[in-house]
Amino acid sequence: MRARRSSQLQGWLFTGPALLFVALFVLVPLGQLVDTSLTDRSLLGGGRFVGFDNYLRIWRDASFWRALAFTAQYTIVLTPILMGLGYALALLTFDNTPLKRLTRTIVFVPVIIGLSSSSLLWFWLLDEQVGLFNKLLVDLHILREPIVWFVSADLAFWAVVISITWKVVGFGMVLFVSGIQSINPDIIEAATMDGASYWSRVRLVILPLTRRIVLLTTLVSAIGSMLAFDQFYIMTSGAPRGQTFTAVYWIYQNSFVSFRLGYGSALSVVLTLVILVLSALQIALTARSEAA
Amino acid sequence: MSASTIASEIGALAPRRRRRAPPSTYLAVAACVAIMAIMAAPLMFSFFASIETATEASSAPHYLPQSFSLQNYLKVAGYQAGLATYVGNSTLVALMTIVACIALAAPAGYGLARFSTYGKEIAFLILLAPMMIPYQALLTPLYLDFAKFGLVDSRIGLAIIHTILQLPFSVYLMRNAFEAIPREIEEAAMIDGCTALRRLAYIFVPLAVPALVTVALFAFIASWNEFLGALVFMNRESSFTMPILLVSVRTGDHGAVDWGALQASIVLSIIPCLVVYLALQRYYISGLLSGAVK
Repeated sequence: MRARRSSQLQGWLFTGPALLFVALFVLVPLGQLVDTSLTDRSLLGGGRFVGFDNYLRIWRDASFWRALAFTAQYTIVLTPILMGLGYALALLTFDNTPLKRLTRTIVFVPVIIGLSSSSLLWFWLLDEQVGLFNKLLVDLHILREPIVWFVSADLAFWAVVISITWKVVGFGMVLFVSGIQSINPDIIEAATMDGASYWSRVRLVILPLTRRIVLLTTLVSAIGSMLAFDQFYIMTSGAPRGQTFTAVYWIYQNSFVSFRLGYGSALSVVLTLVILVLSALQIALTARSEAA
Repeated sequence: MSASTIASEIGALAPRRRRRAPPSTYLAVAACVAIMAIMAAPLMFSFFASIETATEASSAPHYLPQSFSLQNYLKVAGYQAGLATYVGNSTLVALMTIVACIALAAPAGYGLARFSTYGKEIAFLILLAPMMIPYQALLTPLYLDFAKFGLVDSRIGLAIIHTILQLPFSVYLMRNAFEAIPREIEEAAMIDGCTALRRLAYIFVPLAVPALVTVALFAFIASWNEFLGALVFMNRESSFTMPILLVSVRTGDHGAVDWGALQASIVLSIIPCLVVYLALQRYYISGLLSGAVK
């Protein structure tokens, strides 16, 4: 009995510091966030309790809904591109020949560099005067003259999508490669013996057997896109006319540019709820596949 | 099967395969080469532009460098508070993040893996909470709290933010690594009267070095590259980290973008990540697999 109690205590002693850290820097701030969201606090002061006023204001804030819709649109367009290309790259490179290993290493390099670095790199490549991307498209006769990417919301959107595809396509690829490699080769062998063509092997054997990892990667990737900020801050600055503000960007703008802390907090609470739902989905999926 | 049989089988297979290489093999090779070229091109071009003269780098686009000069790097070296300050800030914040992640996650992972504490599941869930609550949403309260304790414009403050980001992954990884260590090894030490803390230090930690390397590697890359927290918390010119320096270089001194200096600073910001990744790629990929989607 005493041994068990001392083991209890020791267990808590080891997890204690980390728990304290999370409590102090995540849970307490979360409480403060909810608290601030019920006030009219700004940097100058305020802090009067206003009940759900901020939340009612969100309801009427067209800019926020536009930012959220824009973020959702970005996620819905980008995620299938990343997953599709990532899977195609995985199918191409999953066997471990030196050339394919090298291809994977190089495709993955942009994943480990900073979003600020990659966004500025593409900001330069897409520039209408000094940008090589424009020059390449003109030299290949795809464009007649350089495009000014960042004057229209649509073009700016695609500029970011292109840059992010380059940056993170390797993420999905690496995870899918591990999924495909963990399939028992005998199964694929058997399908080949039965005369299944390459495409029917992919469609009927490989894809179904990697469904779990595809689903989870899709969720991780979608959550990341819903929280997009760096690439838009750096490449579009929300322009033109605030049409490329994402949800996080709109929160940043309210909290740290206009210093409407109360309102910014209410926006943060809404965003947290959206992400919480997506994360819960991810964890439920992970738990279920671990149990299986 | 003995080694020699395997060797003879490979010997028998290899020439046959070479003779019958189907057209799809050539197609795959061509695709790989094309993909590598596309993925590497932006980084190559950035590097080329960075070693030109400032004038060439800001003139009409060209694929290959038109001149050679270290002008852009020299400009970045002396930019505002000086490159050394910014590299120093980023390095220090990254090191503190690594230390904090290991110091918190190793004992926590040990506690979760080896002690049947009441409410362990809840403890684990709390430790994973930062994964579900985006830190982007917590910046306002954290800013207000940190302002009270002088942690704004402080490298310690930013390291705390980066630790929040990396802790769940680190705990998860350490718990899995410690759980994989056979109980027999530990039981032998227990009979010898080794305390729990000593068992962690002398048995578990040495056996979990790969996991610790992975934790450190991810913490380094996350911290070195993190942008929003640094943007919000590091306001003084002398406290910028590398990602903020990049944006500052683009804005420039005179309004017009100094493209050469920008490329030089991009290259400098990428090099540490590239070196660390190429040296420790194995750890990075294994961490990604066990952490992101397991």
